Amino acid sequence: MISVKGLVKSFGDLEVLKGISTEVDAGQVIAVIGPSGSGKSTFLRCLNKLEEPTGGTVEIAGFNITDKKADIRAARQEIGMVFQHFHLFPHLTVLGNLTYAPMKVRGESKAQAEEKARTLLKRVGLSDKADSYPASLSGGQKQRVAIARALAMEPKLMLFDEPTSALDPEMVKEVLDVMKDLAKSGMTMIVVTHEMGFAREVADRVLFLDQGKLVEEGTPDEFFSNPKTDRARDFLEKVL
Amino acid sequence: MNLDFTQMTPYIPYMLEGIWVTLKFVAVALLIGALIGTLLALFKISGPAPLRAFAVAYTSIFRGTPLILQLMLIYFAVPQLTGYDITPFLSAITAFGLNSAAYISEIIRAGIQAVDKGQVEAAQALGVPYRAMMKDIILPQAFKNILPALMNEVITLTKESALVSTIGYLDLMRRAQVVGASMYRQFEPLLFVGLIYWVLVMILTLIGRKIERRLKASDIR
Ligand SMILES: Nc1ncnc2c1ncn2[C@@H]1O[C@H](COP(=O)(O)OP(=O)(O)OP(=O)(O)O)[C@@H](O)[C@H]1O
Ligand SMILES: [Mg+2]
Repeated sequence: MISVKGLVKSFGDLEVLKGISTEVDAGQVIAVIGPSGSGKSTFLRCLNKLEEPTGGTVEIAGFNITDKKADIRAARQEIGMVFQHFHLFPHLTVLGNLTYAPMKVRGESKAQAEEKARTLLKRVGLSDKADSYPASLSGGQKQRVAIARALAMEPKLMLFDEPTSALDPEMVKEVLDVMKDLAKSGMTMIVVTHEMGFAREVADRVLFLDQGKLVEEGTPDEFFSNPKTDRARDFLEKVL
Repeated sequence: MNLDFTQMTPYIPYMLEGIWVTLKFVAVALLIGALIGTLLALFKISGPAPLRAFAVAYTSIFRGTPLILQLMLIYFAVPQLTGYDITPFLSAITAFGLNSAAYISEIIRAGIQAVDKGQVEAAQALGVPYRAMMKDIILPQAFKNILPALMNEVITLTKESALVSTIGYLDLMRRAQVVGASMYRQFEPLLFVGLIYWVLVMILTLIGRKIERRLKASDIR
């Protein structure tokens, strides 16, 4: 589903990703962890070209997006993204948020898009919020709407950038539960997270980034109970 | 005190007519300014380098020189250079339209750039095309930042419009001067149109406040 080879990303003189290579199969859930500033967000954003990779290749959902001729908009339709700060459209209702792109980009009819939106809202437990505006929702509700909005495009895989970091502690669970449910349904997911419990329980594989390098990669069991590198060990000591 | 408004009575309809002349010309200038200003703002935000440079230079020149100079240049230079005898009305809407385009382009640019960058990223991540994103996601949000500033520009333009009296366009201001000259009394007609300008500006201000309050209300809904 994803094949990253020698991915390099620089901002001016600052090399943030220093040659990252990894493969992800369909249906896998990958947790990306590492210290602040290690390049986790940048890595994720290179996967749907919100950041333009400086070097290397990224193949994702059947598109070689590092090829200049790649249809990047078509690729993005297959790649759902969930942001730390939700980025819901504030001037649209919840239903409007969920139906806008399916109608505009996928050419679905209003009836079709709304029916799907209501099914998705039910799935994330927000059936009663269809006509609310984002400003009236709690953080956890906003993030669940954001997940539903991404799913409304029927993507092949989903990227999450610290989806629970901006939430009050009591709202973290409701969002993680939706994500667990999604993982169970077989969705391919890349999740940048500080929630070690979630990584341990749900991820098939953990990627540990430090200073722009993929330092360690393994199953959660291997990684959490028996880290191979000093850097991973140091990091785990701090966060666990 | 030597004020006598009674002499002015027969001239009042003539001066009141100036309201429409002024408003008409302000409206046309504003329309031109809004059209060109929107285009310039888009150049500045996402145009290719040469268009961006053009828009920046345009804004700098029109904001950096006196409006009355721009008006005079157009009124006097066009006939001298091309032989085309430009009317006061045409010079006035050209000068004011081009000038307000510079200010409006800045208002729109700032309004668009004040929209959270996350909105662009969310739309991009969903595969929304650029034009649709601008039209459906960014501009409706930018509009809330733009409208109050735009109302200010309308007010400024209405007051500054008195400058066109210098090229003989028969607006409110010019009519006060004409009446003053024919009655040999300048003070009363000037006071009279001064009051009219003030009332116009007050009305525009009230409309602006109303719009602002409504925009604020829709933020909380
Ligand atoms: N647009 C940008 N311009 C310049 N530097 C940037 C930009 N985006 C990120 N960086 C830098 O790249 C480095 C990696 O940033 P990134 O956001 O990928 O880290 P992160 O691992 O996601 O951190 P965090 O856990 O704090 O979110 C940081 O040093 C950051 O300052
Ligand atoms: Mg980050």
